[in-house]
Amino acid sequence: MPSIGTPVRRREDYRFLTGQGTYTDDINRPGQLHAYILRSPHANARINAIDTSAAKTAPGVVAVFTGADMAADGIGGLPCGWLINSKDGSPMKEPAHPVLVTDRVRHVGDHVAVVLAESLAQARDAAEKIAVDYAVEPAVVDVAAALQPGAPQVWPAEAPGNVCYDWHLGDGAAVDAAFATAAKIVKLDLVNNRLIPNAMEPRAAIGEFNRATGEHTLYTTSQNPHVIRLLMGAFVLHIPEARLRVVAPDVGGGFGSKIYHYAEEAIVTWAAPKVRRPVKWTAERSESFMSDAHGRDHVTHVELALDAGAKFLALKVSTIANMGAYLSTFATCIPTYLYGTLLAGTYTTPAVYVETKAVFTHTVPVDAYRGAGRPEATFLLERIVDLAADELGLDPGELRRRNFVAADAFPYQTPVALQYDSGDYQTTLRMAQEAAGYAGFEARRQEAARRGKLRGIGIATYIEACGIAPSAVVGSLGARAGLFESAAVRVHPTGSVTILTGSHSHGQGHETTFAQLVSDGLGIPIESIEIVHGDTAKIPYGMGTYGSRSIAVGGSAIVKAMDKVIAKGRKIAAHLLEASEADVEFKDGAFTVAGTDRSKTLGEVALTAYVPHNFPHDELEPGLDETAFYDPKNFTFPSGAHIAEVEIDPDTGHLTVINFTASDDFGRIINPMIVAGQVHGGLAQGIGQALLEGCVYDKATGQLLTGSYNDYAMPRADDLPNFALSTHVTLCTHNPLGVKGCGEAGAIGAPAAIANAIVDALKPLGVRHVEMPATPEKLWRVIQEHKAPLAAE
Amino acid sequence: MQKTVSLTVNGKPATATVEGRTLLVQLLREILGLTGTHVGCDTSQCGACVVHVDGEAVKSCTLLAVQAEGRNILTIEGVATGDTLHPMQEAFRDNHALQCGFCTPGMVMSALDLVKNNPNPSEREIREYLEGNLCRCTGYHNIVLAIKAGADAMRGAAPAAAE
Repeated sequence: MPSIGTPVRRREDYRFLTGQGTYTDDINRPGQLHAYILRSPHANARINAIDTSAAKTAPGVVAVFTGADMAADGIGGLPCGWLINSKDGSPMKEPAHPVLVTDRVRHVGDHVAVVLAESLAQARDAAEKIAVDYAVEPAVVDVAAALQPGAPQVWPAEAPGNVCYDWHLGDGAAVDAAFATAAKIVKLDLVNNRLIPNAMEPRAAIGEFNRATGEHTLYTTSQNPHVIRLLMGAFVLHIPEARLRVVAPDVGGGFGSKIYHYAEEAIVTWAAPKVRRPVKWTAERSESFMSDAHGRDHVTHVELALDAGAKFLALKVSTIANMGAYLSTFATCIPTYLYGTLLAGTYTTPAVYVETKAVFTHTVPVDAYRGAGRPEATFLLERIVDLAADELGLDPGELRRRNFVAADAFPYQTPVALQYDSGDYQTTLRMAQEAAGYAGFEARRQEAARRGKLRGIGIATYIEACGIAPSAVVGSLGARAGLFESAAVRVHPTGSVTILTGSHSHGQGHETTFAQLVSDGLGIPIESIEIVHGDTAKIPYGMGTYGSRSIAVGGSAIVKAMDKVIAKGRKIAAHLLEASEADVEFKDGAFTVAGTDRSKTLGEVALTAYVPHNFPHDELEPGLDETAFYDPKNFTFPSGAHIAEVEIDPDTGHLTVINFTASDDFGRIINPMIVAGQVHGGLAQGIGQALLEGCVYDKATGQLLTGSYNDYAMPRADDLPNFALSTHVTLCTHNPLGVKGCGEAGAIGAPAAIANAIVDALKPLGVRHVEMPATPEKLWRVIQEHKAPLAAE
Repeated sequence: MQKTVSLTVNGKPATATVEGRTLLVQLLREILGLTGTHVGCDTSQCGACVVHVDGEAVKSCTLLAVQAEGRNILTIEGVATGDTLHPMQEAFRDNHALQCGFCTPGMVMSALDLVKNNPNPSEREIREYLEGNLCRCTGYHNIVLAIKAGADAMRGAAPAAAE
């Protein structure tokens, strides 16, 4: 029975359900000190002086360090991993990103000092005794304001005008020519609201130094321990990789926010040898709000040109994207190569031009958050398509159908660099429409109207570029890293197998999905397979998990390593069976001489490999342990159609998501139960963006107003509907499994589907667009504003 | 100021010396080493730290350790019987109601509290009851199914037909 395609229950669940998971904060090292970070209460202030003397003598305090101490040790700044060049060819402005600041703070929550004490309470008490002399200066938090003349400057010398880069992609002349001939032009200004990721596990880090071996160890809440080892070792602390071990144990959700190298990781690793004790830091949730990288935060103008037959001729997009005060690890590639390249969407639009101005503000750095660029692209595209349908009097589904890339048009080259390998957008839209009862919606709208309610239905189709990414391609676009993945398949002498993977699981269920792959590939039971991840001392150099890449890139690396194991095993078996290698087949865990019953199991071959008495020594080395690196040939392109149906109470603005339907194409599915869970979670985050979540900074002071769960509305169980899911499979054509990835789809499609449903519901009032999050208050105001003119008529 | 607190945790007596400001969750995690109970926020909203105190679900970040004097505490570590999962834990696994696992202990403890007071909760009742438990991974869909299935199993009812 093949395991692939079946809903195998997760192997990791037992430990999580019995309280035996090991998250970073669950780890305690002998003699550890507790670190507390003193953070800036101001958005923009010069530091005249820091007096730590009273804190240093407080009870339990072992040390207090500031940026001056780190500077004296020659500690570098946190690096940015992606170089973007502006339109004029000049490189982006890349100011320093200090671990602890020295002369200036640039956002509320910026890192000022660290106190190390015997207990966390003592460290926190002592931090209150640090006297910082701040000269507070005006701050700027929103992107449009940051570009105004006279705006406060985040980096006056390094990035004048607050501009990091001014980038573009596409054929502007072709777009202009198409607009000149267009029968219809639709325009829209919109905001993609700033979000705070809020993985339920706050970040944590423990630094430790072994004086006897000279080895540094960092335990950290990371999606990619090798990336942290590289960045922190090579660029910040100058520790050779051979002496730096990074462990990312059980990690309680990431959603992008745990990709990046953060200051606290460097602080605890640097401080541990100085105080000769392990140093542990765990974020309070309030610290997470003001120090985890945020997401989204775009202001955009979009124009779509159509011909008389409602075919899309050209798309023109101009975006201002917030970088925050410093460049986080992958911040710069999000509103460029993970955004502009997606603007063809599922459509045949022949000409696309996008320009993105990235700006610095006095806010927490912004970086990838679930979807990362692709939700922003999908939101504007699907909003403008709906608006076009409305203005042309066409059904939104029909307008999309007229413009879809056809199922037989693949490989399809878009005008914005990507080449889609496979997809079937007509089918996923049809499936979603059927499941959502799209055809019968008008009756439901009328029924709701009789109850005094406004009901709307909204479609969003999406495409995403996942399986990140071909190293040579991203390298040519400015990536300062390769984006392959690694795997080792270690067959033990008695036939059990350990898989060492460079992917990292922080909820995705790799211990199950990867074991299913190996179970089918090597013909052995799942119980004989262990999956190891998250420890640079154990696994080969790997790039980790983000961008829905684990199965497409990490899974492919496992397949490649299994192929090597089978190839070597076949040679060993041929020797044992005294047959020609070409006659030996591998199937169901055994090597068999074709057409005979003579065979050797994988276990027998493994035993021979490790007890090589009768072994082809002239041809082979002993052992059965193979490592592979897989560099993808292309991105993968999951796609699908999402349909939301909402009902709004016009008296209160209260909105209910009546149902949400998603039909997705993720390529081959290894574990449908886990895939559905990934979609559910993505949808919840997408619906959260559309209806509830929004990071708010006070424009005058730069204070973070949404700094806790009191003020930042996380989706709760009773905010969300049940989800109706289905999948349609077109295989990825360029990886060995035919897989595409599923982790981000929900967060990409849902915001536009919800927004389109809201606008559809409010169409009778003449509403053209509603910004996210569409809270009851916002909806109520929109309804009041549009009711008034109607009443006056 | 240090105080001694004596309590029963998962059926076993425990005594610890704590500060007046020490929270019950800190006592459980940092002194007793029961790290299954998690801390996900600092405003008593996420519910990752839910335990049972004398049979009632309580966010263990809202109680001082000294307030637990003489109380009977049940944490996630005490829910299974030996290696056998409780039917509610089994339902969470069977319905894929957990991903990263961080909110899971609090969810299970809350679910048990719900079912104790309402043995056959409706979907709406489950969703409303979970007001105090945040999950960022699952979208709650499967948690709701799991609690329903767990409640059915605890009543000894036949499982509902698969949807």
